[in-house]
Amino acid sequence: MGEPQLCDISVKGRQGIRFPAADVPESPLPESFIRKELALPELSELDVVRHFTRLSQLNYSIDTGYYPLGSCTMKYNPRINEETARLSGFANIHPLQPVETVQGALALMYQLQEWLKEIAGFAGITLQPAAGAHGEFTGVLIIRAYHQSRGDTQRTKILIPDSAHGTNPATSAMIGMQVVQIKSDARGNVDLEALKAECDETLAGLMLTNPNTLGLFDENVEEITRMVHEAGGLVYGDGANLNALLGIVRPGDLGFDVLHFNLHKTFSTPHGGGGPGSGPVGVAAHLVDFLPAPVVDIIEEGDDETPPLYGFATPAKSVGRVKSFHGHFGMMVRALTYMMINGAEGMRRIAEHAVLNANYLMALVKDTYHLPYDRVCMHEFVVEGNWPDVAEVHALDIAKRLMDYRFHPPTNYFPLIVHEALMIEPTETENKDTLDAFADALLKIAEEARQDPELLKSAPHITPIGRADEVKAAKELVLCCGVGVVEEN
Amino acid sequence: MYIPHTDSEREAMLKTIGVEKVEDLFDDVPAGHRFPELNLPSGISEMEAAQEFGAIASANENTRDLVSFLGAGAYNHYVPAAVDSILRRGEFYTAYTPYQPELSQGTLQAIFEYQSLVAALTGMDVSNASHYDGATAVAEAVNMAYAHFRGKRTRVVLSPALHPQYRQTVRTYVSGSPISITGDENGQDPLSEGPRSLIPLIDTNTAIVVVQYPDFFGRIYDYTDLSEAAHQAGALLAVSANPIALGLLTPPGEFGADIVTGEGQPLGIPLSFGGPYLGMFATKKEYVRKMAGRLVGETVDNRGQRAYVLTLTAREQHIRREKATSNICTNQGLMALAATVYMSLLGKNGLRQLAELNYQKAHYAASQIASLPGFSIGSDELFFNEFAVRCPIPASEVNEHLLEHGILGGYDLGIDYGPKYENYLLVAVTEMNAREEIDLLVSVLEEITLAERHTEVTHG
Repeated sequence: MGEPQLCDISVKGRQGIRFPAADVPESPLPESFIRKELALPELSELDVVRHFTRLSQLNYSIDTGYYPLGSCTMKYNPRINEETARLSGFANIHPLQPVETVQGALALMYQLQEWLKEIAGFAGITLQPAAGAHGEFTGVLIIRAYHQSRGDTQRTKILIPDSAHGTNPATSAMIGMQVVQIKSDARGNVDLEALKAECDETLAGLMLTNPNTLGLFDENVEEITRMVHEAGGLVYGDGANLNALLGIVRPGDLGFDVLHFNLHKTFSTPHGGGGPGSGPVGVAAHLVDFLPAPVVDIIEEGDDETPPLYGFATPAKSVGRVKSFHGHFGMMVRALTYMMINGAEGMRRIAEHAVLNANYLMALVKDTYHLPYDRVCMHEFVVEGNWPDVAEVHALDIAKRLMDYRFHPPTNYFPLIVHEALMIEPTETENKDTLDAFADALLKIAEEARQDPELLKSAPHITPIGRADEVKAAKELVLCCGVGVVEEN
Repeated sequence: MYIPHTDSEREAMLKTIGVEKVEDLFDDVPAGHRFPELNLPSGISEMEAAQEFGAIASANENTRDLVSFLGAGAYNHYVPAAVDSILRRGEFYTAYTPYQPELSQGTLQAIFEYQSLVAALTGMDVSNASHYDGATAVAEAVNMAYAHFRGKRTRVVLSPALHPQYRQTVRTYVSGSPISITGDENGQDPLSEGPRSLIPLIDTNTAIVVVQYPDFFGRIYDYTDLSEAAHQAGALLAVSANPIALGLLTPPGEFGADIVTGEGQPLGIPLSFGGPYLGMFATKKEYVRKMAGRLVGETVDNRGQRAYVLTLTAREQHIRREKATSNICTNQGLMALAATVYMSLLGKNGLRQLAELNYQKAHYAASQIASLPGFSIGSDELFFNEFAVRCPIPASEVNEHLLEHGILGGYDLGIDYGPKYENYLLVAVTEMNAREEIDLLVSVLEEITLAERHTEVTHG
């Protein structure tokens, strides 16, 4: 039953790795500073390897199965990326080395900036943000700094459609902006009347995800960016759904001023069980001076015989530094590897197949699961996971039952504007057979819901654990091995 | 390749959808901007990519080829083979965030173990699942303190001996808020001052005091007095600690820290030109609900088995939206796993042995350098594996000279602390530096002394 915790398998005197003995004369230790106790486990190397290997086997992963997770773009993580990122010339370089000794790394970062600029239609890029939410934070800082530099200090209002990711309002609030929600219209687009009503002299910007979290490309996107710009605001693009747009349209061409990329979604770097991600930010020409410092630039132009000298530069009105060093370089190596293998024509092929897969899957299930916005979708779509004739079966039950069919559930209960939402994103790397099998499972579950609803409500049945008691977890906090419940007061 | 579709499958799928060609799926995209010609190179094969990236990588001089004494927040440590072997398991690195506990017990238990080890190492009650890096972990500590006092305390005291990039990051994070930062103004002389100089800056408007342990210059201070002063004023104390040093030194929890953060990179994570790293964040139990970031808790499932879930998610952005404690929605998952495997392998005795090894080698290096004419150690305080060296010529020139001999010198303190510190070099020594390497460093530095003396003789 379950894998024991490290503290339970620790045996006094074991050690998994040893270091060489000191080869220098001994200096006295700072006695008054020596800790008396260090409660770390004591294990052999095999103990450790076996423990973590067993833990790994309790996980679902892309390598073992299909993840139709909406907004997460769980595409295949190519193995070559893992090899290039581990090359000694990348893995073993220090972030503060003289730039002359890391020209390869800087050239790589410069190239990645150039690729991202071209793919999304922007004039400048920062690679520093550590994740999508961190990129959002950076992007909104840039928007605020832009308005402040123009003396527009009253512009503190950020408009956010009701279909947006939760990070959008959380980010804006974190930076002290006032958040106003904009409703969607009957076709799933931003409601233009509602938008117009908020376009005033306090408008800092609009955060728009396009395609939005319903998987729909906003039919009025150019009208929206025009309205925001005319009111003096800027348009922020949440790049979570960029996979649908590669080689299809460039957000910069549509009037987006700022956009964050998720290298871990669109450009195949692994999700790692929740990180590390990487969230570069692209900006239009009027915002280049506000990018976080430093950015990679050419310091001395090259010529036919010598390559250019790359180095770091600080933009004139930089919002500052958002983390230490230069960003998640290891993720940049992986992403650029993926981009170079795909190339220009490959970008479009990615988006086309992501959209093809989504529309195909939608066609297979939409007669069984209600589709609230019946339009051609982009890379994902949202259906309702609930039927009037078996109201007691919820999206959650369908999600859990899918696990018994060895599928990861779709994103559920998001976006909030769809009743009992199931948000499905197939990605381009899944083949037709997998999509057919997943659709079959969804159709079978719809039948089961009518015949034996309890089967769904008690699911999953074949996973290492059943449904967990989350209320107990939050009430009786047990957060560390061998310590027991945290008594907060 | 990564897209599996055959022509006949594509045809069948289009037919099911009811369109003729793939392009028909993009009618909502404004025609004027649809299908842009991307000015990018054509795709290449995996084999060509492997060759090309190999060539780019070899254009860098790495710490395996050079002898490195560079630290300043990122350290060259040995990574045991078992760490990467676990990280390379697809079940870990190709897994999604553990929102579905039934399919993520491996990731969840690993984070739980990480939390347990970090709490033990720092001497705190609870740890979160991690932040992005050491800098953002400090910024989150400042945010937490500000929120804890409901915005009523607006002063933040930062030690000038806190990593310069961490201080810059905090400033970016609080820009636009009413928070004012003091303690690390330009023009100070932090090497001749200790934490005592911060005490007069603490008042009843102070939300948090942040120091580093060992500090940016490698020095070890007892922060008990500072902690008492902070607490007397009702403020919190955050300590940004080096986790390897904690294998040897009194944990900050014992001298009253309310929050312990740290850069987890030394725990089995490669230098990788600055990232991805690991932001450690631990605190006392009374602040657990105010702490940002992901948290894993133990519970039971409906079969009566032990189970792990993400808990206290009501603090997080996907539930609370604009009322969330932070916008963070990941941790450094795989990096936290690396640190967990690393700490498990070393364990209680290994981490102590490693910390002592670092201490001994650094002290040997310092004593050798101090014996060179013209060189001295920048501070008399105790230090761990890093120390400031006062050189007879600017540190940048020393580094150039060292690099000619295949040595990656230390960090030029003039970069952050101005002209007053331009002759100061921050030197880090770890278990990776054999005695011969240290002796090489010393002999090359000695050449500088001799060259200087020669210059003095000829010009003086």
